[in-house]
Amino acid sequence: MSATIAIRIDGRDVRVAAGISVAAAIAQAGVVATRRDVAGEPRAACCGMGVCFECRVRVDGEEALGCMARVAPGMEIVTDG
Amino acid sequence: MAEISTEVLVVGAGPAGVAAAVCAERAGARALVADMQAEPGGQIWRGQWNNATNRDAARWLGALASSPAATLFGARLVALPRAGHALFDTSRGAVHVRYERAVIATGARELLLPFPGWTLPGVFGAGGLQVLAKNGWPVAGKRVVVAGSGPLLLAAADTLRARGARVALVAEQCSRGALAAFGARLARTPRKLAQAAGLFARLAGVPYRTNAWVVRVEDDGTSRRALVRVGAHERRIDCDLVAVGYGLVPNLDVAAGFGCDVAGGRVVVDGHQHTSVPGVYCAGEGTGIGGVDQALAQGEIAGYAAAGRAERAAGALARRDAAARFGALLARTFALRDELRDLAADDTLLCRCENVAFGDAAACAEAREARLMTRLGMGHCQGRVCGAAAQWLFGWNAGTPRPPFAPVRIDKLDFSAYSPSDGV
Repeated sequence: MSATIAIRIDGRDVRVAAGISVAAAIAQAGVVATRRDVAGEPRAACCGMGVCFECRVRVDGEEALGCMARVAPGMEIVTDG
Repeated sequence: MAEISTEVLVVGAGPAGVAAAVCAERAGARALVADMQAEPGGQIWRGQWNNATNRDAARWLGALASSPAATLFGARLVALPRAGHALFDTSRGAVHVRYERAVIATGARELLLPFPGWTLPGVFGAGGLQVLAKNGWPVAGKRVVVAGSGPLLLAAADTLRARGARVALVAEQCSRGALAAFGARLARTPRKLAQAAGLFARLAGVPYRTNAWVVRVEDDGTSRRALVRVGAHERRIDCDLVAVGYGLVPNLDVAAGFGCDVAGGRVVVDGHQHTSVPGVYCAGEGTGIGGVDQALAQGEIAGYAAAGRAERAAGALARRDAAARFGALLARTFALRDELRDLAADDTLLCRCENVAFGDAAACAEAREARLMTRLGMGHCQGRVCGAAAQWLFGWNAGTPRPPFAPVRIDKLDFSAYSPSDGV
């Protein structure tokens, strides 16, 4: 079993496997959407490769792509979903 | 702002970029290889850095690890203020790289085509879900439909199955005849045939259909179905996740940013991977989709050439040309069928960022009009998704993203780098 680390997603404390992507951590935490489109519809990771920007979230206050960023201990992730 | 100087800047650390950096150093040049991801390998060698199971990946990533080449990971190229200067955005702040020569190895992205339901959470690119799963996206126990076109579908299905997903169907849009002809040609390259046979063997029990494509995805909030056209029939498949990718298109934004000539959707290069811009080379998918063998051969050639030792790349020339023939075969085999142009309804979104409906875009004559009238391609992704789709759907030349290549905080743009009179 790989080591787990503690992070926060939308104010909730969760433990996830070390080394996974921020997008994966969000999905593992059961958060379906990373953002809402202008019509209010939910959106989430799509391309997985830093192209589509659907998985953009705030990581420790800065905009980041969930599919490109890795989780780190104590990380604070805020979605717009 | 951090500053780094190097002789050869390599943008992208997939197979082409890794080979270029390693070979530039072998030829005596100082090289720096930069990549968006946290480690080298690109998309195809993702996860191979610490635990290589692939022979080529082990060889080349090992060579990079023991090479004196400098690396800059988690770094996205955002601007090219002027010749010899490149600005990268990293989570640790902006980095200003001064270079003498450059190798562009920015790879490819998936072609995503619009169909009703393609913006739902849980609907991905095919390679997209594959790489997400490799990085921990939970797929265990999920019912997945994998669809689109090309060998990537099998690789994606294989990864998903290995991580516990139940692959309900792999839907390949090309015809059975085209696939059979492809198989016959593969017999001439035993290594590739063995790879394909191994994939099919591991996927035993997974339904694989040709002449098949996802028509739409329906979700009523409690259950989800993919409507899949299979030959003359339409099937409804209950599923949790849908992964649809229609092959690959070259990433041309960085090459266009360097001012390189682009023709026919690929960067123009000479026999030594030299672009139209002096001192700037391009290797890998940017010169036309050809796969990992082409990327490695072109990367070697570009790396040696950028170090001024082009003659050392002689051994790679024949491999490059053979790989290019394979790329042409792939393009012929997995050419997209016209029916895919009719999947989107008028109210299906084409531009995911700006919520531009397919019908509103289709009413425009060309890309510029669509941009001005509908904001097509003017959102966060700068048209990387809808531009490639519109190019295939309508034959438009949607152009490439301009600097900054990605949204970046303004204080990370080093404006001093823009002034030629300024001794940065």
